[in-house]
Amino acid sequence: MATQIIGSTVKRREDPRLITGAGKYTDNIVLPRMTFMAILRSPHAHARIKKIDASRAQKHPGVLAVYTGEDLKKGGVNPIPVGFVLPDMKTAQHHPLAIDEVHYVGDGMAAVVATDRYTAKDALDLIDVEYETLPVVVDGEKATHAGAPQLHPEAPDNVAYYWKVGAGDADKALTEADGVIKQRIINQRLIPTAMEPRVAIADYQPATGDLTLYTTTQNPHLIRLLMALVLGQPEHKLRVVSQDVGGGFGSKIYLYADEVIACFAAKQLARPVKWTEERTENYKATIHGRDHITDAEVGYKKDGTITALKVKTWANQGAYLSNFAPLIPTFFYGPMLQGVYQISNFFVEVWGTYTNTTPVDAYRGAGRPEAAYLIERAVDWVAFELKMDPAEVRRKNMIPPFTSAPYQTSMVYAYDSGNYPATLEKALKNAGYADLRKKQAELRKQGKYMGIGISTYVEITGAAPAQVAASIGAGVALVESALVRVHPTGKVVVYTGSHAHGQGHETTFAQIVADQLGLSVDDVEIVHGDTERTPWGAGTYGSRSQPVGGAAVYVATQRVIEKGKKFATHMLEAAEADVVFEGGKYFVKGTPSKAITFQEVALEAYTAKKVPADVESGLEAISFFNPSNFTFPNGAHIAVVMVDPDTGKVDLTRYICVDDVGKVINPMIVEGQIHGGIVQGLAQALWEGAVYDDDGQLLSGSMMDYALPIASNLPSFETSRTETPSPVNPLGAKGAGEAGTIGSTPAVANAVMDALKPFGVRHIDMPLTSEKVWRAMQKK
Amino acid sequence: MFPAKFEYYAPTTVNQAVALLKKHRDAKVLAGGHSLLPTMKLRLAQPPVLVDIGKVKGLAGIKVAKGGATIGALTTHATIAASKDLRKQCPAITEAAALIGDMQVRNRGTIGGSLSHADPAADYPAVMIALGAEMKAVGPKGARTINASHFFKSLMTTALKPSEVLTEVRLPPHQPNSGCAYVKFPNPASRFAVAGVCAWIALDAKGRCAKASIGITGACATATRASKTEAALRGKELNEETIAAAAAQAADGLDCLSDIHASAEYRAHLVTVLTARAIQQAVARAK
Repeated sequence: MATQIIGSTVKRREDPRLITGAGKYTDNIVLPRMTFMAILRSPHAHARIKKIDASRAQKHPGVLAVYTGEDLKKGGVNPIPVGFVLPDMKTAQHHPLAIDEVHYVGDGMAAVVATDRYTAKDALDLIDVEYETLPVVVDGEKATHAGAPQLHPEAPDNVAYYWKVGAGDADKALTEADGVIKQRIINQRLIPTAMEPRVAIADYQPATGDLTLYTTTQNPHLIRLLMALVLGQPEHKLRVVSQDVGGGFGSKIYLYADEVIACFAAKQLARPVKWTEERTENYKATIHGRDHITDAEVGYKKDGTITALKVKTWANQGAYLSNFAPLIPTFFYGPMLQGVYQISNFFVEVWGTYTNTTPVDAYRGAGRPEAAYLIERAVDWVAFELKMDPAEVRRKNMIPPFTSAPYQTSMVYAYDSGNYPATLEKALKNAGYADLRKKQAELRKQGKYMGIGISTYVEITGAAPAQVAASIGAGVALVESALVRVHPTGKVVVYTGSHAHGQGHETTFAQIVADQLGLSVDDVEIVHGDTERTPWGAGTYGSRSQPVGGAAVYVATQRVIEKGKKFATHMLEAAEADVVFEGGKYFVKGTPSKAITFQEVALEAYTAKKVPADVESGLEAISFFNPSNFTFPNGAHIAVVMVDPDTGKVDLTRYICVDDVGKVINPMIVEGQIHGGIVQGLAQALWEGAVYDDDGQLLSGSMMDYALPIASNLPSFETSRTETPSPVNPLGAKGAGEAGTIGSTPAVANAVMDALKPFGVRHIDMPLTSEKVWRAMQKK
Repeated sequence: MFPAKFEYYAPTTVNQAVALLKKHRDAKVLAGGHSLLPTMKLRLAQPPVLVDIGKVKGLAGIKVAKGGATIGALTTHATIAASKDLRKQCPAITEAAALIGDMQVRNRGTIGGSLSHADPAADYPAVMIALGAEMKAVGPKGARTINASHFFKSLMTTALKPSEVLTEVRLPPHQPNSGCAYVKFPNPASRFAVAGVCAWIALDAKGRCAKASIGITGACATATRASKTEAALRGKELNEETIAAAAAQAADGLDCLSDIHASAEYRAHLVTVLTARAIQQAVARAK
């Protein structure tokens, strides 16, 4: 390729508008006659609604309507479905507004639509509700205990599903092991906290029957499909627009009740209805992530070989099953517990449980961070028990390089490509590992506690081979599409089904096209985020946009080149087989001096001056890309911390990482993804954690109490890469959105535990707050 | 994020403000708004009347003179943090101001607002107590002065009467051979003090502790004084051992708060650690 735009650092084309305040966010949209909606949310975690009387609110000046769950039901609104169905799954009815019973603090019960936001909010206080409070359970394991409060009659013992996966004979291997470590380990609940809360504006045109929903979603097409099912609005009369979105991290994948209610109200009132989430509302009403309680048993040999892993996990799914919820703690967790290691014996059991808490679904990493955290802590437990260097235990168990053929793991998946030992060794070298260990020993003599933590992770992205996804329970094919349309002057517009909300598709997708067609990225426009303009896409999440959506762009561009060849053949008066396309030009093989440009071909495609009638005019192509396998990014992360023995405070002093995300389209964007990912992951290790009290009240209900990472608490990251191209898509890309998050949590947790080794501490649960660390040091 | 309805007044003199407060007994004074407005937006507070003193002239500014320093109630945290004169005379207060919230909060929030709000985890109260600051309050009957030791009454409650406005903070003059320091352990979420300690130490001619004054914030429902530690330091040689022994008593008798960020036991422990660190810094500055 003459141009080599793929792989070069092109500045993000979306940034000028975003950093100058010219972004088009949903909340910026103003429609004529727009009304404003507020939702009355349950203050109780579990209660029967004995009476709900909206008459005072309805009479309040400026109030246009008040709706309850019954009103929606009578209006034909269906419960919100689950998009991923496991065998024997017990799906609780999730009405957009609760009927009879509320199941978590934040559960919607009524909606007020008024002429302005303040009036809508004021009127919430005028809705009279009589509750009969019911017993509450917030703990995902305790929910299954005998006598626990029951949430849904459909799901006895609050079990939404039981799922298992295994390989070999874990029990036998544990019996035969030289040592077995039993450890309870908790992966705490997190609150995604995208910078922009959710917003929905529904606009209905009674004359045509068209309904438009402007919403802050990561996947407009899926929202349209689900909304059509829930609302009964025909899909072809429903348009979903999602322009600039201020971060998602998984929390904006799903169809939310609030969007349904806004659409319902807009149809009822024949006026646009706008709902903007408040931050404290966001903390309760938008999904949470993680929340696993796990009992793990690890079997190992004296030489450090890990022989078995047996796991029981209670995955707290919250009050209802959110759209993707059942996928996350099962197929995105269980099989990934093998990590980068050659372990043959597994038994993994998962109980997905209902509790009186905000629903839990995919949050950056989604299942893989939980798996990587467990296996990476487990490797360090083995190192702890055997007094071995954790790097050595990793070397001992690591899957050897496989760059030409996939590696069949013990459970379910075949890793696409990887060279894990090379990645680890590079990270150790970049960190100066041996010197760090020496320094650690010196500092310990001075009563100073430095910790060095390693994590060598692998994760699964690029969802998904459609047929595989369908076979394990996905409700839709997770393919991505791209329509590449060339205009007569040779300028290109790409209509992608993928959605961008920070990933930089407008830059990287343009790079793919420009690189192939020999154009400048400025000649390529990327259109996304509007179901009326773009073909189908299953959404942007799970680091899948580049390996699936980017691949679709690539394939469609190749098709454009092939179609262009038909025009070029006639323009060059040559045989089609002899015409080649290189560096943006068509020419007869061997005579590049007599080339015609892509622009000339584009013009011919719309003027038909030289081509005969049997060559169809126009130059555009579409691809629905269906990958042959998932992709498996991996890496080695090393964290260095100092622990203050007086207070237990942890300071992260260095962070070194080497990531293999396959072929890179734009190194700067990948680096940005890795940086952001690392921060979100290490924040789980050190600070973040949703806390409920026994009554189901969210104590960490705002940023005053939920500790988000702050730049001033972080060192500069020392990032680097290895590259094993993925064979499952033509770009060789694996996906980079979640890698940092998955690698960093265990690296930092391992570093803190490494610092605490002199105190005999093998494990404490995250977040590793100063108090927890201080207490662990007191026990010596 | 949508407060309930309220009436709004913007007086231009202190006397006007006081008159409004006298007329509207449920009114709240608005200064920088960084404590009051968030609670109103969450509808946790729904004052029917706001008296915005932001347009009152002469309430902002720092004057440092031989007789001590005065800081107007409307002086922002950022202005205090950046004041070189103030840093020279009592670095503890500029240190405390620099550690409040984030840049936006420091640019808008005011010392008078913070002190009147009396959040138990605010930074200034420890400094006020340790330095022996005085608050000037103006009410319908004129002005009065309240010593910091009597100003913080209980959780979010000060000695100010409903119709009084805090107009000025006065710090005593710098004494030779004295030093002060503020040390804070921030809540990782809010950046408020899980515990914060301000120590002011004066040395005698022989380098021993002539006088110690130590204020504690964050640990309890209201800022308080570490009296036992102060007594233990008085007359002592100040070295690592004597400081540690005195600081170990800093939390004695305190009724520490317990929440999701820190248990009472851990807060008490932090108070002792921070007290030792604050004393060490203060002593270093006194020399």
